[in-house]
Amino acid sequence: MNRELKRVSIVVMLMFAALLSSTSIVQAFQADNLSADPRNTRTLYDSYQVERGAILVAGEPIAQSMPADDDFKFLRTYTNPELYAPITGYFPVNGEPTGLEFALNAELTGTSNSQFFDKISAVVTGQDPKGAAAEVTIDPVAQQAAWDALGEYTGSVVVTEPATGRILAMVSKPSFNPNLLTVHNNAEVTTTYEALLANENDPLINRAINSLNPPGSVFKLVVTTAALESGKYTPESTFPNLDVYVAPGTTSRIENSSGGTCGAGETVTLATALRLSCNIPFAELGVELGDTAIRETAEKFGFNGKLSIPMSVSESVFPRGLDDPQTAQSAFGQYEVRTTPLQMAMVSGAIANGGVVMAPNLVQEILAPNLSAIETFEPVELGRAMSAETAATLSAMMVNGVQDGAASNARIDGVDVAGKTGTAQNGSTDPYTLWFTGFAPAIDPQYAITVLIEDGGGMGQTGFGNKLAAPVAKAVLEAVLNK
Amino acid sequence: MSKASALTARPTTEPVRRLRLPQKLRNLELFLLLIACFINASAVVLVQLGALGELDPTLVLLGAGLSVLVISLHVVLRFVARDADPFILPIATVLNGIGIAMIYRIDIADKESGWASAAVRQTVWSALAIFCAIVVLLVIRNHRVLFRYTYIAGLVGVVLLFLPLVPGLGQEISGARVWIRVGSFGTFQPGEIAKIALAVFFAGYLVRNRDSLSMVGKKFLGARFPRFRDLGPILVVWALSMSVIIFQRDLGTALLYFGLFLVMLYLATGRLSWVIMGLGLFLGGALVASQTLNYVNGRFTNWLDALNPAVYNADGGSFQLVQGLFGLAKGGLLGTGWGQGRPEITPVPQSDYIIASLGEELGLAGIFAILALYLLFVARGFRIGFAGQDDFGKLLAVGLAFVVALQCFIVIGGVTRVIPLTGLTTPFLAAGGSSLVANWIIAALLLRLSDTVRNQPRLVV
Repeated sequence: MNRELKRVSIVVMLMFAALLSSTSIVQAFQADNLSADPRNTRTLYDSYQVERGAILVAGEPIAQSMPADDDFKFLRTYTNPELYAPITGYFPVNGEPTGLEFALNAELTGTSNSQFFDKISAVVTGQDPKGAAAEVTIDPVAQQAAWDALGEYTGSVVVTEPATGRILAMVSKPSFNPNLLTVHNNAEVTTTYEALLANENDPLINRAINSLNPPGSVFKLVVTTAALESGKYTPESTFPNLDVYVAPGTTSRIENSSGGTCGAGETVTLATALRLSCNIPFAELGVELGDTAIRETAEKFGFNGKLSIPMSVSESVFPRGLDDPQTAQSAFGQYEVRTTPLQMAMVSGAIANGGVVMAPNLVQEILAPNLSAIETFEPVELGRAMSAETAATLSAMMVNGVQDGAASNARIDGVDVAGKTGTAQNGSTDPYTLWFTGFAPAIDPQYAITVLIEDGGGMGQTGFGNKLAAPVAKAVLEAVLNK
Repeated sequence: MSKASALTARPTTEPVRRLRLPQKLRNLELFLLLIACFINASAVVLVQLGALGELDPTLVLLGAGLSVLVISLHVVLRFVARDADPFILPIATVLNGIGIAMIYRIDIADKESGWASAAVRQTVWSALAIFCAIVVLLVIRNHRVLFRYTYIAGLVGVVLLFLPLVPGLGQEISGARVWIRVGSFGTFQPGEIAKIALAVFFAGYLVRNRDSLSMVGKKFLGARFPRFRDLGPILVVWALSMSVIIFQRDLGTALLYFGLFLVMLYLATGRLSWVIMGLGLFLGGALVASQTLNYVNGRFTNWLDALNPAVYNADGGSFQLVQGLFGLAKGGLLGTGWGQGRPEITPVPQSDYIIASLGEELGLAGIFAILALYLLFVARGFRIGFAGQDDFGKLLAVGLAFVVALQCFIVIGGVTRVIPLTGLTTPFLAAGGSSLVANWIIAALLLRLSDTVRNQPRLVV
């Protein structure tokens, strides 16, 4: 019997070997994946056990963890919730966080690599673990002014500092109250969330970085850059002044937005075309330049590229492989050209910054619980979109547009404002998308601003950029310049 | 062992008494038992510090009572089984104690106390189970008595197994009908006791009939296959297991009994053909069951595709299994520490999933230690099988040890996705009175058998 017993012993050994391996696999090798599973409530509870760091604007918290008397120990609370919702996002008990709450999750919970030694020392000294705080680049005056100026429009305002790319204001409307999504009651959160999701104005979307619209005439800044940089054109280059343009190989007609020709005369200069924002000269210019030259310039500004601020920004698009009629349409920001307000802010910012494109950034510093800086974000250059001369020329052309052109409603007494408006079509009957992008003061640019108004600003196809978007930009610039 | 002792012992004076060294074994047992009680007490204290943040004397007192009881079991052994194995009792004690500590920890999380507290009930059941073990040791002075009651044991086993199907007596809990209601005291799982009765029956029956089962038969494909009329027993046990699957809806118990029978049959006859045939029969039956019975089919889907959201969210889906895995993952290598994890998130964390709860708080290191204890416990049983002289005793010891090993494999393997999950209790650890009583009786029988083995003078040294 002992021979059989030996064999059965081996079987028992194998059974236990299987258990030792399976527990090792689960607890050692698969542990990280299992912990990262969104259904793992243990990980979620754990993330509430550390006091999550605050998000600060000028030293004042806009998101912070307040002690709570339940399983989660802390309740995430937002100050000025709707104003800052596109920046903070929210940190719910069921589901994924958004905004900076998502992008800076590791830092806020204290698990990022740079906090490793703080974590060890907290264990050694027996302190409760605490996440780091994040100071953002937002200027509360600019943010509030942008919020007020945008009024009831559906849209967005982005203000950046041209020399550094720091984002000083980022407003998106309509907004929502993140406090309602962080209560410790799953059913209540789900109801609120589903109502917000069903809202046709998409309050949960941060329009500054995640809403893609046709840029319309603000895209003419990119085409003008391409023209001037090619060396074949100057502001005084002329184009046939037509009242209807039919691109080669098509029958579809392109008209100027005001009807007729672009000012008087047989020909029109590039400077005048940009100042009055005429479509036909730009269609002609676009076909002459070709879609490749325009696309390459657009890509230097950041089109067709990924970006994180550190939230991830939707990719603005200038399509490839266009034929002449499509290129003509694209040259004044129609056809399939799409952009975010932040991308347009980068275009204005680069012109204001002598041609150098700065990486837009929302986070200034990560601060340890003792307020020492763990990480400081320095300005990063993305590259040069044009020469300093081209930038100066474009800047002067944009000042003319405000002084004596299509962007006249952005004029501010005593300050030179450089600007460009846009009124983009969304199909034949849908309301227009209205734009303003520019910077001030033109001689020493401190602020670059982009205003987006969706849904025609409530005026269908009767509103236009200078009428609705330019005054918003003017109000914000006045507020920040008078600071 | 005896050879080694003879070499180290001083020559000349009274060599026979020195060879046996009975008190040395008991002293070793007492030493290990004190360590076991210390581990148990510190587990309860750590649970209180970790989960409550303060000390609460109630359960510590209950635990102290339990320590007194196991030490009295030790004293009984000093009188009635001086040569019993010194490792069995400490291992059973420490597993039982760790189980109580974990159940207590989950009570704290669920804010249960008093008689509603599973830990208090488990402690009382433990006391009863240890008392049963003492009675078994006192009553059964020679295991060969059991050989006489082979067929009665078989009958008792079958009756106990099917008791829950009696209308009015049986109780269905989470789909399986394996419990009976005992007054107001609670529920009892007679199948747990049945496994001991069946092990006695299998051992007795196989020793009586091994010749006809092993010698006769035709050779086919290199293996000797039995005559058709000798197929009776295996078919009966197979039918028994299948009816457990169908009527009691309990896959684990069926697998346990059939596996036990197969191993004992193989040991008795030495014929692999039995094992092949038996496995074929069981796998065939299980395959048919998985196609026709919904709950069996569900178990297989949960096992193979646990993390699939559709399976996870399904009614009776893999939610529980995956929560157990999350718990184990949370524990990692070293665990969160007693009272620091969240085992209460997993459904039934104190019975079927107690190993996941322990894995969460004690980590992979703790699980390895527990598995090592089980393996050692089983090895002590197998040791009796190797050293024993009578076939009945050998078979019974190995059968009882193997049932513990197989039960561990089925339930821990189910929780960690080695095999499909089937409801069984983890021996000594999991909450459940019947399981405790059964396993302590197994421990008592192994103690008795080990004593007999050592006590007999060897025929060949």
